[in-house]
Formats: sequence, C-alpha cells, structure tokens
Amino acid sequence: MLKTFPKGGIHPPENKITSAKEIKRLTVPKVVYVPIAQHIGIPAEIIVTTKEKVEIGQVIAKSGGFVSSNIHSPVAGTVTKLDKIIDSSGYKKQCIVIRTDQKDESNFEVPDFPLKKEITMNQKDILKHITDSGIVGLGGATFPSHVKLDLKNDNHVDCLIINGVECEPYLTADHRLMLEKADEIIVGIQILMHALHIHEAIIGIENNKKNAVEVLKKAAQSDKRIKVAALQVKYPQGSEKQLIKAILKREVPKGGLPMDVGVIVHNVGTIFAIYQAVQYDQPLIERVVTVTGKKIEHASNFWVKIGTPITDLVNEVGGLPEGTRKIVNGGPMMGKAIKNTDVPVTKGTSGILVISEEEASRGKQENCIRCGECVTVCPMGLEPHLLMSLTEKGMYEKASFEDIMTCIECGSCSYVCPSHRPLLDYIRYGKNIVKKLQTAKN
Amino acid sequence: MSEPIIISASPHVHSDRTSKKLMYDVVIALIPAFLVSLYVFGIGAFIVTAVAIISCLGFEYLIQKYLLKTAITIGDGSALITGILLAFNVPSSLPIWMVIIGSLVAIGIAKLSFGGLGFNIFNPALVARVFLLISFPIQMTTWPTAVVNNTTLVDATSGATTLGIIKEGLMMGETMSSLSAKLPTNLDLFLGITGGSIGEMSGFALLLGGIYLIYRKVITWHIPVIVLGTMAIMTSAFWIINPEQYASPLTHLLAGGAILGAFYMATDLVTSPMTKKGMVIFAIGIGVITVVIRLFGAYPEGVSFAILIMNAFVPLINTYFKPKRFGAKIKFKIV
Repeated sequence: MLKTFPKGGIHPPENKITSAKEIKRLTVPKVVYVPIAQHIGIPAEIIVTTKEKVEIGQVIAKSGGFVSSNIHSPVAGTVTKLDKIIDSSGYKKQCIVIRTDQKDESNFEVPDFPLKKEITMNQKDILKHITDSGIVGLGGATFPSHVKLDLKNDNHVDCLIINGVECEPYLTADHRLMLEKADEIIVGIQILMHALHIHEAIIGIENNKKNAVEVLKKAAQSDKRIKVAALQVKYPQGSEKQLIKAILKREVPKGGLPMDVGVIVHNVGTIFAIYQAVQYDQPLIERVVTVTGKKIEHASNFWVKIGTPITDLVNEVGGLPEGTRKIVNGGPMMGKAIKNTDVPVTKGTSGILVISEEEASRGKQENCIRCGECVTVCPMGLEPHLLMSLTEKGMYEKASFEDIMTCIECGSCSYVCPSHRPLLDYIRYGKNIVKKLQTAKN
Repeated sequence: MSEPIIISASPHVHSDRTSKKLMYDVVIALIPAFLVSLYVFGIGAFIVTAVAIISCLGFEYLIQKYLLKTAITIGDGSALITGILLAFNVPSSLPIWMVIIGSLVAIGIAKLSFGGLGFNIFNPALVARVFLLISFPIQMTTWPTAVVNNTTLVDATSGATTLGIIKEGLMMGETMSSLSAKLPTNLDLFLGITGGSIGEMSGFALLLGGIYLIYRKVITWHIPVIVLGTMAIMTSAFWIINPEQYASPLTHLLAGGAILGAFYMATDLVTSPMTKKGMVIFAIGIGVITVVIRLFGAYPEGVSFAILIMNAFVPLINTYFKPKRFGAKIKFKIV
C-alpha cells in the first residue's frame, strides 16, 4: 500500500491533460504588470519611478519587512506607470507597469544554465541569496521562503519534505518541472540541506506521476540522504499538514507549524527557484504555468515571465473557446475565478484553467440531508455542515470553538455535498469574522 | 463572449453525487423485496404500496402548497421512500384508509412539521408505523398468510408472524421445541415465504438491495452490520443459556423487521449520526433495545421502537462523538 494521509480526502477526476506537454517558453510580453503584493505578508515597497529604465532582474520593489519579499523586473524596459490594477484576488492592487524594450537583447536570450553541482556558498550566503532573490512558495501559498528557513535555535528540524504532490486536478506544472529539471531539483535540495544542516530529505509525489518518481529516484541515486516517496493519489495531499502526516505520520499540532514537528516543506518549484538563485544568482522572475481546460486547443505548460497578462497565455493556446464561462487562476479545487484575462501572472500562478458551460455552474442548493459526507471527507476532522449553519446563524464564538480557524479551505466538503450546499463559502466567511473578532479582542 | 463570465469561490468542480441520486438508489434497492411481496401476498401488497406512495406524495404536495406555502419538493424522492417504507412496515391486508392516515402522520407530523427533509428527528415511516400499531393494534398485527400467487383481493386466511407465535407460545408456557412445528423454517424465512409486513419477510431480497446500497456508497456497512451483529450476539447468549425459552439467533435475524430496519431505516441519512464512531454507538443501541423488547417486552417485535428511541439520541451522539480534529493531540514529540 502506498502512503497517504489517514483522515478524509477525495479523488476528483484528474484531468491531467497536459502532463506529456514539454514546458515551452512563452514569447516575451510587450508590457508586464508586476503587482507589489504577490506574497503573503507585507507588500513590497516600490523603489522605481515612472519613466525609469530598468534592467532584467533588477529589484523594483523592496521587501517591506521580515514576512515580505523583493520583487524584480522580469524584463528590461521602461517603467510606464505605477498604477492600481485588478489582480487575481479581484481587488485593485498597486502594480508596476513596465514596457519591454524590444531592442534590448537580454529580454530574448533564452537563459541557459548548465547543471552546477558544487555548492560553494556557506549557510549565511545561501540564506541571503534566497532572501534577496524574492523567492516565495510557488505551490500557490506564496509564503516568503526565507521565513521558513530562518530557524531559531530551539527548533530541531530533522527532515526536509519536498512537495511534488500536485494534487489539484488539471495542473501539471510541477510534474513537468520534475521531469525536465530533476538534477537541478536534487541540487536545490542539497543546497537547502547544507544550509539547514538537515540530513534527511523526502520528495513526496503522487503515484499518478510514475515517470516523475522514476526520474527523481534516478537523479537522487548518488545521494543516500534523499528519498522519493510515491504516494496514493488523494486530494488534498499537497497541503503541508496532510503531506507531513502521509510521509512521516507526524501531526502538526493545531495552530502550529511544520517546524513544530521538526519538518520543513518546500514545493519543487520553489526548490528549482532556490537552485537558480544560489547557483546562478537568478532572481525569481519567471515560473511554470499550466494553461489548460477540456476545450482548450493547445493546452500546455509554459515558462512565463511574472507580470505577463493572462491574455497572452490564452492566445498562445488558441484563444478562449466558444462557451467559456469561467477562467480560474490555479486549479479547480482551490484556484480563484477571475473576471477577465487582463489579470497578470504572479509568483503564485500555477495554472490557468478555462471552464466551459457544463462544469461552470453550481447545482441548486437544497436542504442538508445530514448524510455526513462532508464530515467523512474533511481532512482536518471538522464538521463542515455544522460550521456552515453556525456561520449562517451568526454564532461565531461557537464556530471558533468548533475549530473553524483550522479549516485549510481545500473545498472537499463543497465538492462532495449531494445537496450542493456552499459549505466552504460560509466557512470562509465565518473564518473572516472570527479572525476580526479575535483581533478586536487582543 | 456572449455569456458573462461566472465569478465564484472555489471549488469550481463538483462530484456527480446528488441527493436525488441517493434517494432513487434507495428506491432501486427496495425493488427486489417489493417483487417478493407481490409474489407472496399478491395484489394486496401492490394496492397498499401504491396507496402509501400516492398519499405520501399527495400530502407533501398539498401541505407544502396550501398550508406551508413553500417550494414543492415531491420530486426529491424522499416522500417516495417514506411511502414505500411505510407500506413495507404494514400488513398487506391493512384497510386503505388506515394506510392514508399513516401517510398523513408520516409526512405531515413526522416530516413537515419538523421543517421538511433534513430536519426531521425521527424516521417518518417508522413514526407512522408505530402510530398505526398503537391506534389499530388488531389490524396491524393480523397478517395474511403467505399464499403464493394470490390474486384475489380478499385474504382468505390470516395468521401471526414467526415472532408473534414464539412470543405468544412462550407466554402460554410452551417451549421452543414444541413450537417449532408451527414455525416456518429458517430457509423459508430467508426467502420470504412467510407471513409478515409487506416488505420485511424476504431477508434475501433485502440483503440484495442492502448490498447494492453499500456498493453505491449510499450507506456504509457500519449501521446494518453492527445492528444485526449486536442482535446476534445478545440472542445467542440467551439461546445458549436456555434454547427452550429463547429462539435461535438466526430466527431472530431472519424473522420480523430486523434486516429491513438495519439496512433501510436505521441507515436513513437524516436520522442517523454523522460520524462512524456515532454510528457504532447508535447501531449497538438499536440492537440492544430490539432484543430487550423482543425477549422481555410486551410486543413480539421491537425494531421500530428501537430505531425511534435511538433516533432521539442522534443529536446527543453528534454532539459528543465528534471526529478527531487534526492536530488536536500531539502524537509526535521532539525530544
């Protein structure tokens, strides 16, 4: 039996249409829109002015605090505007608009970084490079990576887990990256192990990516400290807590962090970004994005510059098909629906999913028939039906007591509810209010 | 684009499970037992079932349209199931007007007055059954004997059920061995060639449907297996101590409404607990209460009462047997 987390979980249709599509390089966009809040935490502070010329990889917004991140210019060009535009959250956010200099050759050079295995930097320099390169969790959470690496002396981390689970249906960005950059990922892992003095690393991959398991096992052959764990296919295994439980059987305590059980988790994409930052001093200015959908003509995976309008990506795959009703930034389970394709790709964009009529609409909400399916599938051991009705009735204290704040918003409850009840919508709302009440209290 | 883009929160996909599908799966699962009862009781079974279904749907429609003035929900399949289960719990010889009263109690009192589907505490069909049993004890405990291929409207003979014969016989001072001549064999009980309420006789047909429900993931094995298991263990204990005074566990499982109750009524999604732990407690409770009523109570049969009594505990069970929260107890400690 393959390992998996014990409680809850679902298995939606995988629809990994693009898993055999090599990552292509997207044409450099004419204009990029770079938001200054692409990560969890404090937004970066803009340090460029309008009409200023910027180089590729130059810092254009400086980290605004400890839990924050630098932002670099993805292209060489001229800052045309500092404007507010709608990003994938649906809100207007401050962003830096840069017109690409079509004459500047650095924009069109395909970066070619031969595999570099020797790790020459010391621990301090590695951490400094990761901090300066603006690396955030590329799995979608966009938590600034250096924060996770800033170990206090009382934390005894003994295991590094690499998240190559990609449990979201449709998405294949991590899968392709693991296939195409396996050696680099292994070096990236070694860099982190070196920097953190960890002697064990486990790469967790769901077994629907057997070729990735094989490729990484082969790449890791020479290093006995790195293991590859093939996992049973079950959503939401890519969630940090579920992944740690699946691989090590350790349970992160309520309200705690992976560090509390001696673990640090990084996504494979992040590891690759760390490799580039440390070995080649490359800041995070591009990432892999899967552009997919059942009706998309040339669905594929792309290397995309941060700030590229999603329109460019959609045009590359053959345009929006007839009858498109929903465009999702991310996967179908946790991604955000966006209003139009003007929204730019950010550090957290792992995929663009185009959904047609049949799948886009929700079923009619009916009475809860108390089947308990939401309770069965909740990976956090919560009672979604109860949290929804408590929120509906405004009983936030009780909802907080019933651990509403530990919900990871995986959406398994809403997915299975036979009465099409918007369980997660209410739970999110409840969480927001509970959070506000807690802040007010403190 | 012709149609506007939809903006909604995740998840953006949904499984193909719907309440309606769950309900109609239950209806499909009940078909084999219904066919057996047609074979055994003839047209009487058909009429009672048809009347129960039509009146349940009718009352739901009338009450929702004219009394409650809410949306009509007769298409969701739940009133249909209530109708079938009510019919399955009464003799095929029950007068039609009593069936109609039962339907009114089931839909009007047990279901809609609590707030409709999902809000009822007690299983509607069982509430109606117990209401009828207490109001019309004679008609509710007179069963036509099994007459294979009976096509007449009038049931010529009538007799007691297996459990009824045992209860009465033992109270009159007879022993199990002297009673055995009057009782159908366990094989007859299993196949359903016996007297009893419309849907409860054929263990075979009911198990067939029950397995279908488990296969279709409408119910889990926990409640039926534990209810029947608890009954088997308890009745075995008494039977081993004194086989002359207590019927064998196999007779207890096959006779009466044990299988019907365990697979179709105790598992009612609305009135059973939500967690596996809760289901175990609930099912053990039903098993124990059923056996206690059967062996020591005034009624020969106790499944309906047992389920209703445990239904009342469900809110309490749901409150005290919660799923284990992730990370609530730290199992791993760093030394």
